[in-house]
Amino acid sequence: MTTPQPSEGAELRLIGLTKRFGPVTAVDNLHLQVASGAFIALLGPSGCGKTTTLRMVAGLEDPTAGQILLGDTDLTGLKPYRRPVNTVFQSYALFPHLDIYENVAFGLRRSGVKDVKAQVGQMLELVQLTGFERRRPLQVSGGQAQRVALARALVNHPKMLLLDEPLGALDLKLRREMQLTLKRIQEEVRITFLHVTHDQEEAMTMADTIAVMSSGHIEQLGHPEELYERPRTRFVANFLGQSNLLRTTVSGRNGDLAVLRIADTTVAVPADRVPSSGSEVHVGVRPEKLDLVAADEAVPQGRNALEAVVIDTSFMGTSTQYLVRTGWGQELTVFAQNRHTEVVAPGTLVRLTWRPEHAFVLEADAETPAAPRPAPVP
Amino acid sequence: MTGAPVTGGSVTGGPTTPPLIAPAADTGTDVAPPVRGRGRWIPYLLLLPGLLWLAVFFVLPMLTVASTSLQEGSLARGYELTWRVANYTDAAQRFAAQFVRAFTFAAASTLLALVVSYPLAYFIAFKAGRWRNVLLLLVIAPFFTSFLIRTLAWKIILSDSGWVVGTFQALGLLPEQGRLLATSVAVIAGLTYNFLPFMTLPLYASLEKIDRSLIEAATDLYASPFTAFWKVTWPLSLPGVVAGTLLTFIPAAGDFVNVRFLGTPSQSMIGNVIESRFLVVLDYPTAAALSFTLMLAILLLVGLYVRRAGTETIV
Repeated sequence: MTTPQPSEGAELRLIGLTKRFGPVTAVDNLHLQVASGAFIALLGPSGCGKTTTLRMVAGLEDPTAGQILLGDTDLTGLKPYRRPVNTVFQSYALFPHLDIYENVAFGLRRSGVKDVKAQVGQMLELVQLTGFERRRPLQVSGGQAQRVALARALVNHPKMLLLDEPLGALDLKLRREMQLTLKRIQEEVRITFLHVTHDQEEAMTMADTIAVMSSGHIEQLGHPEELYERPRTRFVANFLGQSNLLRTTVSGRNGDLAVLRIADTTVAVPADRVPSSGSEVHVGVRPEKLDLVAADEAVPQGRNALEAVVIDTSFMGTSTQYLVRTGWGQELTVFAQNRHTEVVAPGTLVRLTWRPEHAFVLEADAETPAAPRPAPVP
Repeated sequence: MTGAPVTGGSVTGGPTTPPLIAPAADTGTDVAPPVRGRGRWIPYLLLLPGLLWLAVFFVLPMLTVASTSLQEGSLARGYELTWRVANYTDAAQRFAAQFVRAFTFAAASTLLALVVSYPLAYFIAFKAGRWRNVLLLLVIAPFFTSFLIRTLAWKIILSDSGWVVGTFQALGLLPEQGRLLATSVAVIAGLTYNFLPFMTLPLYASLEKIDRSLIEAATDLYASPFTAFWKVTWPLSLPGVVAGTLLTFIPAAGDFVNVRFLGTPSQSMIGNVIESRFLVVLDYPTAAALSFTLMLAILLLVGLYVRRAGTETIV
């Protein structure tokens, strides 16, 4: 058996990975390349195939087709206990009959490592659990159990760490804390992390690359900012944060800007974002990018403007969420920072303005743009 | 939940508040009002039927047996309580062989039942899928027939002209004139068979509730399927092993039916001796002394076993 040596992780490549359960295709011809030492999040709603993908990398599911390469080794078909990867399970899966020390030492003992004691001690120090060696998993809190699970996986110096919704069972405050802890540890150990989550905020906080998944394939891969500012599909635009999508017709150019017609007005976006083919595109603007000003106020030079009527407001402390209706009847969401202005009353005619470069463009598809759902107040 | 002192008598009897602690702090001790009035007696009332039942059908007969075991006399002359402790020592000496045989047979059949039941329970718990309930029903199906009839059936199965003996002889596992009926093998086989469900069901129950992700975690941490079983599944199933072995060993050690039907007097266990002392020889003091000794011996063995198992890793 290979003795796990301190490593800096390895590059992961998934080639045409497919998993079918009977008639259901959970993962559909998935291609993904993760650089060594990266922190990647597979983000998607439940049932999108993200956990199945992770389980195939761990060896807990056999792919129907495709290949899994880690560095130079082909993991496809290798038994889970022969793979240089370790997993932090969703429910932690700590062995209830062993104490914390033996839980962490489990992998080391299997691979016949000599200085188990020193390594376990070092790892418990890393996750700040020194002194908990003799406790049983049922005698520690959820956050502590989570850190034991992390230590138990990391102590083996895997080439890659797989995290299956590791923070799902924690309350909000602990989750925030653990997000930072995980990030710190990843930077310390420099192992490739593959993190599966359905929580977009968690993914954006921790990962340096996010793969947004939907029905078995990757919708978009990129840095969190890139995915947020420039989503390429409607699914991504609505799954990561909220979006106002306007269906427009390309009507011309104005220097670097493309002019798009919507109802009886026009808006501008950077011309290089508009696909050359097709005359219909969706323009997306995030609610916080929209400025809400009085209808009689002058629109600053170079900003897009739309008239709308406020139909609902909800005060959320630092900001106010407005629901407005445009002239053609579409409802849009606006987040306005509560800096100086008073909350605008429903029924008021207002103007929404934004800078052209704050908009993203999606190729129009057959569906009519649904008004984005009002976000649940966090 | 601020600490307005509970009006009523409960405060005065409570622990005195340490002076350093502000009045609000003592709400901790007084918040839960003590159960008062009739409500307090309800748990005891619930216990009552069980206690009465045990008193009439367990404690009283126990005392009778204890008293009988220390009596002297005969059926003709009548028995008299003389505190004759020699009843015990005499009986123990005379029937030591049957005691040893009872525990040996019981241990052997418990072990066999464990070996047979564990894979069975494992299969039902982990692999049976939608057949699980059908298989469980099959495990307890023998209970639909009387214990005696099932043991008698074994007499036919193991008889000298039966197919089992024939097959064994053909395979050379048994000599030409060899037989199975009326041997220790038959008795142990009968005991194993009769108590098998008592082993299978607790094993199934404790295997079934093992979280599968624990086994996945073990394989993820470099444990081969065998190591994962040995280091995770087996220790987590120990409560079922302990329960199953107790439920098999205790009745098997006191059994007399299997020897009666499948064995001969030379296989007789202590249960057979007690039965014949009580019902045939009518030597009540010896029978009572043997009963008591058997009970104490089982209690002692079980106590040692449970203590030993308890210090192991039982969750």
